Amino acid sequence: MKKTVFFGALTAAGLAAGMASAATLDDVKARGSLNCGVTTGLVGFAAPNAEGEWEGFDVGVCRAVAAAIFGDPTAVEFVPTTGQTRFTALASGEIDLLARNTTWTMSRDVDLKFEFVGVNYYDGQGFLVPKALGVTSATELDGATVCIQTGTTTELNLADYFRVNGITYEPVPIETNAEGQQQYLAGACDVYTTDASGLAATRATFENPNDHVLLPEIISKEPLGPLVRHGDNEWADIARWTLNALITAEELGVTSENIEELAATPGNNPEVNRLLGTEGELGAMLGLEADWAKNAIMAGGNYGELFEDNIGENTAIALARGLNAQWTDNGLIYSPPFR
Amino acid sequence: MSDTPVTYVRTQMLDQQAPPTSEVGPVRWMRENLFSSPMNAILTILSLYVVYVVISHVGPWLVNGIWDADSLSECREIIAATGDGHHSAACFGVITARWHQLVFGYYPSELYWRPVLALVVFLVGIAPVMFPSLPRKLYIVTMAAPFLCFWLLWGGSIWFPIAIALGFGVGVVAHKLLDANVSSLAGMIGAILLPLIYWLYICGPLAGGLASIIPLGIEFVPSRSFGGFMLSIVIGLSAIVISLPLGILLALARRSDLFIIKTCAVVFIEVIRGIPLIVWLFTAQLLLNYFLPPGSSFDLTLRVIIMVTLFAAAYIAEVIRGGLAALPKGQYEGADSLGLNYWQSMQLIVLPQALKISIPGIVNTFIGLFKDTTLVVFIGLFDPLGIASAIRATTEWNGIYWELFLFIGIMFFISCFSMGRYSLYLEKKLQREHR
Repeated sequence: MKKTVFFGALTAAGLAAGMASAATLDDVKARGSLNCGVTTGLVGFAAPNAEGEWEGFDVGVCRAVAAAIFGDPTAVEFVPTTGQTRFTALASGEIDLLARNTTWTMSRDVDLKFEFVGVNYYDGQGFLVPKALGVTSATELDGATVCIQTGTTTELNLADYFRVNGITYEPVPIETNAEGQQQYLAGACDVYTTDASGLAATRATFENPNDHVLLPEIISKEPLGPLVRHGDNEWADIARWTLNALITAEELGVTSENIEELAATPGNNPEVNRLLGTEGELGAMLGLEADWAKNAIMAGGNYGELFEDNIGENTAIALARGLNAQWTDNGLIYSPPFR
Repeated sequence: MSDTPVTYVRTQMLDQQAPPTSEVGPVRWMRENLFSSPMNAILTILSLYVVYVVISHVGPWLVNGIWDADSLSECREIIAATGDGHHSAACFGVITARWHQLVFGYYPSELYWRPVLALVVFLVGIAPVMFPSLPRKLYIVTMAAPFLCFWLLWGGSIWFPIAIALGFGVGVVAHKLLDANVSSLAGMIGAILLPLIYWLYICGPLAGGLASIIPLGIEFVPSRSFGGFMLSIVIGLSAIVISLPLGILLALARRSDLFIIKTCAVVFIEVIRGIPLIVWLFTAQLLLNYFLPPGSSFDLTLRVIIMVTLFAAAYIAEVIRGGLAALPKGQYEGADSLGLNYWQSMQLIVLPQALKISIPGIVNTFIGLFKDTTLVVFIGLFDPLGIASAIRATTEWNGIYWELFLFIGIMFFISCFSMGRYSLYLEKKLQREHR
């Protein structure tokens, strides 16, 4: 009974918090900066550099949203969150936007009352094995010892996959990615499994990365995207369409290099004109300036540029575009039209 | 008979002989301590072998350490170019490249002098408390130190810490006036209530008003920029400094005859002590957000400091209660028979003895508390371990472990070991009996 009352009070307080901050955009404007939740450090996605400035693929999304609102990509307060604290931080209003490589699942969207505004990275669970093992497919892993993080969806995915394929494995439970790397290198397990992007980043840090291969099988769907609270659709729209603007910019060939030129005068492509605010009223519909998308794109470049700068093939992580290519290149990255 | 020389008796003393080599110096020491029995000899040889193995592996790794590299791959290239292919060298380059982050977190680099100066102020402030031989005038620094340190660390208007400090002045004046004119109970209540009212309703506007008349201040630094050892030290030292007086009061309250005070103290201590620190930290991080009015962003670091302080105070209270219980009843009765009131008897007779008994326990709690500050990594603050994983999350240093952990371990060892040594010094100095 007491418990019920306590949780009732908690919910009421939470609802009150939700209602009072209904106009997130106004709060953010009054504060003068965007509070953006990121990881406490994940290679390529978000990490502070030697000067303490945050860099990474998820950070790029935060900066783009800040630039869309303020015209200034540095008007962001980065709030580091852990796997345990991220959802509460968002629900309680401590952060306005969570860009922390969070998988879009139904229960998070519906039950936790969040609004995923899109997908900025399509990930999936993969396998890393030493070349010396001579394995070319995950179906050959019968009886292998597998390093796996406990209490994550990867653990469940792995059990499902091996059961479906009628093969056995022996789990070696680990807590963190750092521990996983050490255990795998020390030979405590034959296989290391986690999200493919994480495996690529891990492999890149090995002394001899070429002695290890990623198996071709991807055994789960992990669409990672930024999310906001339920209940403020205008704010969700801003986050969603900022992400879409980055994606559309790549599709239309608008880059951080040619954007000044394209935005100076209306050109021949009406969608570029609408995107960059030289034509139409799209910015005003969001409650932002006409050049909101231009600022967002200039913050760190379009989607493709963000990808290449932070996690692309020329970086240490060297991820191929794969599923994250534009739909025109047989990928899944697709933005609704700017019209 | 007397004139016959006794030929078999020496006429002069022989020089003193050196003892046999097996009975002096290192040889004897080794015989007695290392090879006193076959079993001991075997164990000694085994231990020497283990020591040799460890040193032969770790030694070159340490000695060959690379100190000037900007990334792990550069470090590996240097090792590959100079080494014999065994790759046994540490990459201490990560510490030279990022040591300012390990020490100061993300504090603005041009303001590093501020935390350093704050530490100096703190040390000067605490010196007269720790070493009674120093001049008593230093207590002025002691009283100003908390506010000065706060101002140096966080910056902002100078009027805010001054306005807070005035609250204590209000308390002292209220106590003196009410104690003299009304009653000692009224003095006590006034000394607690009036400052609270002042802090809640007058302090903020007063500081704001003063700041608008005479804007005097230094650049404000948000707590989010705090990190590394600075964060550990800020949390640890504030908790240590505040929890000791709080713990003393709680211990006295728990032994009090007044029912309400005693019950409050027991409930507080048992509840705080009965729940793990990490749960309290999660409470500070997650739950408080729901209860505070939306928009009022109560600083996370301050919330953590408060939680850690309360946690430490509960433990200190129990340690001191042990000291109080260890005092013979005669001491209390003696104080009463001298006609001292409660506070006088506590201050002059009971506490000096009880605290002396409790020193090892208190310092033990402090050392534990200081190391527990690393738990804040779980709520997303950048303590040294959090900084280490953030460093590891950059492409330059992804994959580096031991060097960072070694550095952090050494830093913590230095801090905790010196606390332990000071405790020993204090115990020796305060020893009064069994001499």
